[in-house]
Amino acid sequence: MSSQTSLRRARGLGSAKEGVHHWWMQRLTAIALVPLSIWLLTSIAFLAGADHARVTAWIANPVVALLLILTLTAMFYHLKLGVQVVIEDYVHAKPVKFACVLANNFGNTVLAVSCIFAVLKIAV
Amino acid sequence: MDPANRPLSPHLQIYRPQITSVLSILHRLSGIGLGVGTLLLAYWLIAVAAGPGPFDFAQGLIGSWVGIVLLIGWTFALIYHFCNGIRHLFWDAGYGYELDTVYRSGWVVVLTSVLLTAGIWLALVMVSGIL
Repeated sequence: MSSQTSLRRARGLGSAKEGVHHWWMQRLTAIALVPLSIWLLTSIAFLAGADHARVTAWIANPVVALLLILTLTAMFYHLKLGVQVVIEDYVHAKPVKFACVLANNFGNTVLAVSCIFAVLKIAV
Repeated sequence: MDPANRPLSPHLQIYRPQITSVLSILHRLSGIGLGVGTLLLAYWLIAVAAGPGPFDFAQGLIGSWVGIVLLIGWTFALIYHFCNGIRHLFWDAGYGYELDTVYRSGWVVVLTSVLLTAGIWLALVMVSGIL
């Protein structure tokens, strides 16, 4: 039997052992995405009807490429965190929950890296 | 008592929908919708990288009426999630918890999202002549 009291456990990180980092990163990525998503939405709107050459030239601009990679990183990180909370709230069967969280992590990583690779392929 | 047979307190279906609860679930729904939208963004970026042929094919899909309807939906989802996200950040910082403030900020978010989405698409239609 453990000699730890409930208070000792409460002073630690709780039964989940984590959570603050997840919560904080969701807010940090949200703050980063405030200017970045305004920039992305406006840029895409101005690109409406553009041909391949114009879009390529836009992405090839170093500042644009950098901003795109920053936006994609913050976006997929924020998405991964948000979807994980939804999974944890609504999926209760442990094996299914584990599979969903795993798929969410892998899926968003694959998407983020694919997008960033596409940007680099155009820009570099 | 068997946990499965315990009486439950009234759940979602018993409550009248309110601006607070509706906007809350809409934040999640728009987030999930935007997650699906990143698939299109990824496809589009890869198509640009793949060359003019794949790019033109992607533009054809996006420019179809189904594509345009989806884009309008994603524009609204993004602007709504953006505005309501800022509302959440204010709450995180400890502001805006009075009930009348919660209602007012909620309606500001709804109105801003509708107006901005309509404004952007109106400008797109008039300036670039799409649709």
